Amino acid sequence: MHKIMVSLKNISFQYHTLEGETEALKNISFDVYEGEFVGIIGPSGCGKSTLLSIISGLLKPSTGSVEVNGKIGYMLQRDHLFEWRTIWQNVILGLEIQKILTQESKRYVEELLVKYGLREFKNYYPNQLSGGMRQRTALIRTLALKPDILLLDEAFSALDYQTRLAISDEVYKILKNEQKTAIIVTHDISEAIAMCDRIVVLSKRPAYIKRIYTISLTCDDYSPIGRRKAPEFREYFNSIWKELDIHV
Amino acid sequence: MYEAASSYISKEHEKFLKKVKRKNLMIRVTQLAFLIIFFVVWEILARYKIVDPFLVSQPSRMLKTILTLNQNGTLLTHIWVTLSETIVGFTLGTLIGMFVAILLWWSDFLSKVAEPYLVVLNSLPKIALGPIFIVWMGNGEAPIITMALAISLIVTIISLQTGFKEVDEEKIKLLKTFRATKMQILTKCVLPASVPTIMSAIKINIGLSWVGVITGEFLVSKAGLGYLIVYGGQIFKLDMVMTSVLILSILSALMYVFIVYLEKKLIRWR
Repeated sequence: MHKIMVSLKNISFQYHTLEGETEALKNISFDVYEGEFVGIIGPSGCGKSTLLSIISGLLKPSTGSVEVNGKIGYMLQRDHLFEWRTIWQNVILGLEIQKILTQESKRYVEELLVKYGLREFKNYYPNQLSGGMRQRTALIRTLALKPDILLLDEAFSALDYQTRLAISDEVYKILKNEQKTAIIVTHDISEAIAMCDRIVVLSKRPAYIKRIYTISLTCDDYSPIGRRKAPEFREYFNSIWKELDIHV
Repeated sequence: MYEAASSYISKEHEKFLKKVKRKNLMIRVTQLAFLIIFFVVWEILARYKIVDPFLVSQPSRMLKTILTLNQNGTLLTHIWVTLSETIVGFTLGTLIGMFVAILLWWSDFLSKVAEPYLVVLNSLPKIALGPIFIVWMGNGEAPIITMALAISLIVTIISLQTGFKEVDEEKIKLLKTFRATKMQILTKCVLPASVPTIMSAIKINIGLSWVGVITGEFLVSKAGLGYLIVYGGQIFKLDMVMTSVLILSILSALMYVFIVYLEKKLIRWR
């Protein structure tokens, strides 16, 4: 059995506002293993992002326990590059904040830039780069801190469909290449099936786990785009769609 | 693909560039021509007594005024007095405004407490405070600078505070995922992200500092351009008034140009 990287036990969470108390999460438990990509999917507003914030430690759960074995890196919805910083200054932001900007860490970031084709753009400003390059820059900024587990919070949802396919493919390859564990929050069923080994389906608020899918696809090309061509893809899609039970 | 435009320029593009250049040139020429025509017409109208030069002055008489004032050595003194008061008032307004705005950003409690006071102080006509400043501080430069400060400070605080609040929450969240301290959030994100706001606040501030200083000099002063304007008005020497107004507009324009230059240097990433 693989090493457990993240272990959630009976997580519940309540929001407090002046109007009252809202139960966002109810009794959530699951484990994430090393090297695994786990998707979290659920109706919008069900508390997916809250769950990520709890895993990352930005929020404390009301009850239950979180156990994380390793360093966490966070990818937000948009790239959030700082426009006033060059690409280089952007990718070392996390190192700067944590005051670990050493020769060694700089060299590591430099390697990442070379590896993912951004070296020549080091001194450019973000608004001079394409969407894909910006996303890669954001990813390197996260990877610079050498996280073991990546939390992707609808990381591609701000992009148009074509770019999104290409970039999720790219990010997937980079993360697999760097042998990271990932927890991917998305509202896109296809994206979840294409990228994840397991998918946790949450219910409407207060969210509980409806079902956990283990995705096994038969295909030659295990990239997200290749996985989309697998014969089982549609079955998973239909099953999850039914599980989500979306009415508008 | 992402390189700057290549060195090769097509015929059509060349034409386009020429057109843009010509248009810009025409704008400059027209602006300059307007100014020259304005002064020439003024001079002619006054010379042939179509308008009364005693009431509206005359460019040649203004030039003479400048020369006379310059000869007895008082012109530079007057300019310097007003300019230094403005610079001091402006600098204090910007620094104190920045400090208070940061404080209010830092503490939500403080900002909520301060809100009604800021609203009232903002709508209060600050010139009403003039006599109080004079009684408290005498008739030197202090009440004048305080007047400049009173007029510019509250606006600076409010616009900076608004700017700080508008910084993208998600950017701050990003820093929090890196475990940034509040101080780091301020220095790495809120302040640099607010540079455009800060620059526009500074531009407004500069105008208001001039207003404050001249108002202050109207109320109490022994020297300065505001003093010349009031004094000239009282003894019906419109030459002196018009000359001072002219110098004032040149000075404020120069100061503005300097700020715009500074802005361009600071916001290269746009």
